[in-house]
Amino acid sequence: MITLAHFLILGAILFAIAVAGIIINRKNVIVLLMCVELMLLAVNINLVAFSRFLGDVHGQVFVFFILTVAAAEAAIGLAILVTLFRNKRTINVAELDAMKG
Amino acid sequence: MELIAFYLFAAMAVASALGVILFKNPVHAVLSLVLTFFSVACLFLLLQAEFLGVALVLVYVGAVMVLFLFVVMMLDINTVPLREGFARYLPVAAGVAGLMFVQMLVLLGVTTGQRNVAFPSGDPAALVDCAAAGASALDPCSNLEWIGRAMFSGYLLPFVVAAVLLTVAILAAVMLTLRRRVGARHQDAGKQSAVRKEDRVRVIKMPAEARRAEGDA
Repeated sequence: MITLAHFLILGAILFAIAVAGIIINRKNVIVLLMCVELMLLAVNINLVAFSRFLGDVHGQVFVFFILTVAAAEAAIGLAILVTLFRNKRTINVAELDAMKG
Repeated sequence: MELIAFYLFAAMAVASALGVILFKNPVHAVLSLVLTFFSVACLFLLLQAEFLGVALVLVYVGAVMVLFLFVVMMLDINTVPLREGFARYLPVAAGVAGLMFVQMLVLLGVTTGQRNVAFPSGDPAALVDCAAAGASALDPCSNLEWIGRAMFSGYLLPFVVAAVLLTVAILAAVMLTLRRRVGARHQDAGKQSAVRKEDRVRVIKMPAEARRAEGDA
């Protein structure tokens, strides 16, 4: 019998993996973007599971909007990445210190 | 049977998510992320969220991940310096992720078993009064109709805003990556259509010339 807890634990595992990926791959911008996508996916699993088990449509509508925003974010993020690589010839986060942050 | 399918897809999703963060080659990581999205789409189908499952495959596997793959293959990246500090950060990452996972479990109340809601037997769409919304009781509306009714009634304005957002994202992506190289020859349609007759044709007045002799030609 599948319970709500199964899906919530799966979402928590995927989110924790994404956080670990951000920490260990902190030099590579592409992997960082992919980890952000993985986090959004984990949240989507939670929303769809709640929507299904509570019989409420709003969770699935929100997942739809999250998909939209994530697609826009990926497109703009990759465009910035391409521009950055064209100007600096690197995507190493440690070398992107032009703003002295 | 459903439980077996759930564990199969969940194990595949977790294993490929681990592959995303551990593979050395970025191309392998992207392909692993594709497998993660596909497994989660199968889980959405298991949850009877058919529309979102198909949308996940179409939008993510079909578009976003192909975009990632294009960028990874287009940029000539030397991955060796990007991997430095990998082993050094691994224990920190495992610690933070493990702690976060335990916190989420406690927050969800899984340990006390408060959230062990049973899987509803029927279609959730049938629970909503689709009959009042036009569908007959024998034919409860599908998942697609269920979402569509909500999205095009209560969420119409956010839906339009999402469309505008996607348009802005397209324009931003194009403008960010567009570059005009010096020396390249472009047609400028604006200049072409703005040309007037006076710019190109010059009418001069001159006296008529005498006809040349026959033998000169």
